[in-house]
Amino acid sequence: MKTDTVNSATKYRLQIKILLFIIALSLSFCTLLLIVAQIPPFSVYRHILQGAFGSWNKLIQVLNVWAPLTICATGLVYTFRVNLWNIGIEGQVIMGAVFATALLRINFLVSFPLLSLFMAMLAAICGGCFWSCITGYLKIKGGVNEIFVGLGMNFLSQGFLLWLIFGPWKRAGMASMSGTEVLSTSFWLPTFFEFKLAPIGIFLALVVIAVSLCLLQFTYFGLALKAVGGNPAAALVLGLQPNRYFLSAMLLCGALAGLVGYLQVTATYHRLIPAISSNYGYLAILVAMLANYRILPIPIIALFFASLNVGSIQLPMALQIDSSFGGIIQGALVLSALGLYAWHSQTLQRTRRRK
Amino acid sequence: MTHRAMTVLLRRVALAFILTAFFSFPCIAGENPPFIFGLLLVGPYNDHGWSQAHFEAGEYVQTKLPNCKMIYIDKVNPADRPGITITQLVDDMVEKRARFIIANSDDMKDGIREAAKLHPEIHFLHISGDDVLTAKAPPNLSNLMGRMEYGKMMAGFVAAMTSQTGKIGYLGPLINEETRRLAVSCYLGARHAWEKIRGKNPNDLVFQVNWIGFWFNIPGVTSDPTQVSQHFFDTGYDVVISGIDTTEAVVVAQQKRNQGKNVWAIPYDYVGACEAASQACLGVPYFNWGPHYSEFIQASMNKTWKQSWIWAGPDWKDINNKDTSAVGFQAGVVLPGPIKEKLQAFITQLGSNEINLFTGPLAYQDGTEFLKAGEVADDKKIWYMKQMLKGMAGQSSAK
Repeated sequence: MKTDTVNSATKYRLQIKILLFIIALSLSFCTLLLIVAQIPPFSVYRHILQGAFGSWNKLIQVLNVWAPLTICATGLVYTFRVNLWNIGIEGQVIMGAVFATALLRINFLVSFPLLSLFMAMLAAICGGCFWSCITGYLKIKGGVNEIFVGLGMNFLSQGFLLWLIFGPWKRAGMASMSGTEVLSTSFWLPTFFEFKLAPIGIFLALVVIAVSLCLLQFTYFGLALKAVGGNPAAALVLGLQPNRYFLSAMLLCGALAGLVGYLQVTATYHRLIPAISSNYGYLAILVAMLANYRILPIPIIALFFASLNVGSIQLPMALQIDSSFGGIIQGALVLSALGLYAWHSQTLQRTRRRK
Repeated sequence: MTHRAMTVLLRRVALAFILTAFFSFPCIAGENPPFIFGLLLVGPYNDHGWSQAHFEAGEYVQTKLPNCKMIYIDKVNPADRPGITITQLVDDMVEKRARFIIANSDDMKDGIREAAKLHPEIHFLHISGDDVLTAKAPPNLSNLMGRMEYGKMMAGFVAAMTSQTGKIGYLGPLINEETRRLAVSCYLGARHAWEKIRGKNPNDLVFQVNWIGFWFNIPGVTSDPTQVSQHFFDTGYDVVISGIDTTEAVVVAQQKRNQGKNVWAIPYDYVGACEAASQACLGVPYFNWGPHYSEFIQASMNKTWKQSWIWAGPDWKDINNKDTSAVGFQAGVVLPGPIKEKLQAFITQLGSNEINLFTGPLAYQDGTEFLKAGEVADDKKIWYMKQMLKGMAGQSSAK
């Protein structure tokens, strides 16, 4: 027992070391880049930090990005656990938003806003599930690679969304890039006083993390997912049906993506817009990869990504620097992480061989 | 020098210093802090298209109005800035003491209206919107758009004057009221040139509109504008007019010319768009936002702001005057001299109102009446056109 504790402590210390290395490596790269471009690096970092945490309003902006990003990345842990790349998560977010909007457009529900909001949430979850189910089904029945199907489904959902906005659901007068007509305020998720923060989003993200952590760490289902992901053939021998777990993981991820679509419509944009997914799906893949496909680091990494995203807005305003620099830091982080993880696992293998 | 004289001198110097300090104080205190205006750009500030035209207009304002300072945020769209809303960005700009804020895209329609309601002390300008027309705008929000219809008529005119096959392709973005009336303007310009200048039968003019589905190419979602342009050129269309924000049409035309085909294209939006392929470019209709930005900002500085919906036309004395004209047409280097002359005559006729192409009888695509014989369309009728016109081929609305 004592050895176990020591082992896990060493493991955590190693993880922290790796994380610090990743940060140091990517920051050195970015600093070097800034020096070459003759931009003072520390004032860039200071502006990003101030832009993300300099006031309550900015912190709220960060949290508004953090919640959907965390939910999406958590959903992806399920599919990564069974070794599936659910790149179609982007389309699942879109379909969640479409289903939620469809429900909120039903006339007779206007007099029951709370009921409508709840039903819209269920509809969004169903939308996400439905879209992921198609990918999952094609994977297990047709043997089609989930990455190709996912990409195709993303394009399909984006086209469908544009068609809705400029066709049947267009606003009165002039079909607009601004999206469909704004929802009645009774369909907006409630916010804290004058702050533009919908606490339900944060609450949902925390619940999703807690439930997923329990489900994956402490239940038979979590263990089965791990077994199927590790070796589907061996899992079959053990009496587990890999296909069932592939589909379950896809459905869970789709449901969480649908939930994000719901938050985008009811908490952030209050209507359906052409870029309703905000690319959270793709961004969440990076978050999940940086978290090394574990739940616990996700909220921290998502917070880092969200603050980078919000803070980098200051760059063009304060320093006339292209705000894509935030994206460069993100890219550098992911590349450093992948490099270090690869190097770490190779070193481990070599050590084992020597033993 | 005696001690006394020195003391007097010192006193005088001290007095002079105090007086200078005293009189210069109001100058220092009165030196106005700069008037800061904010610019929200939907795309990158250096996109060689729509957003760059706005960014350069902001720079123009800084040179024309001393003590004016621009702050800007580019790529303001939910795909590039996930989760960030217009109201949040406006809050940020107001925190940085911006007193006038411009939103440059149709995307920002709802966001900028909400922000204007939250900040009644700040003046807002929304480009391409119609909130003032629909009475949805609060008093501190105005709308501005260029009368690109004229620019597009010139594009259509030049296309029909040049075309040898009588087949003109229009590479359309998505279908809405704005894009529809721009395609219609092209057609009207083309038909005028074909019928009145070249003396040909209008029924022989083929004007095909193909919508790609968005303002730029999104692989897998929109039709590929490169392929659509190639298809036009491969099926006998020899001039393609672009209605999208990127330069595919003119680039493909240049490639086809290199292969020996006699084809041309007309890009859109930005004065420098022909530079991508000058040998295939007949000209470009473009926006010049600077003069009107200056007027709005000046009014806000002088506290003479009045809510308005401005649909700014060209300065007919010189449509390419950077200081006065909101819309221009830059003729391409390959446009033959005789056509240039005819174009200039056409521009003069448009400017003097000798010809108004939005004059009836004109019918919608399905045969229903748009304008009675002799009727001249007013602004609202043009702004909210329901369909394309009879004689044009292609879809009129998203189905």
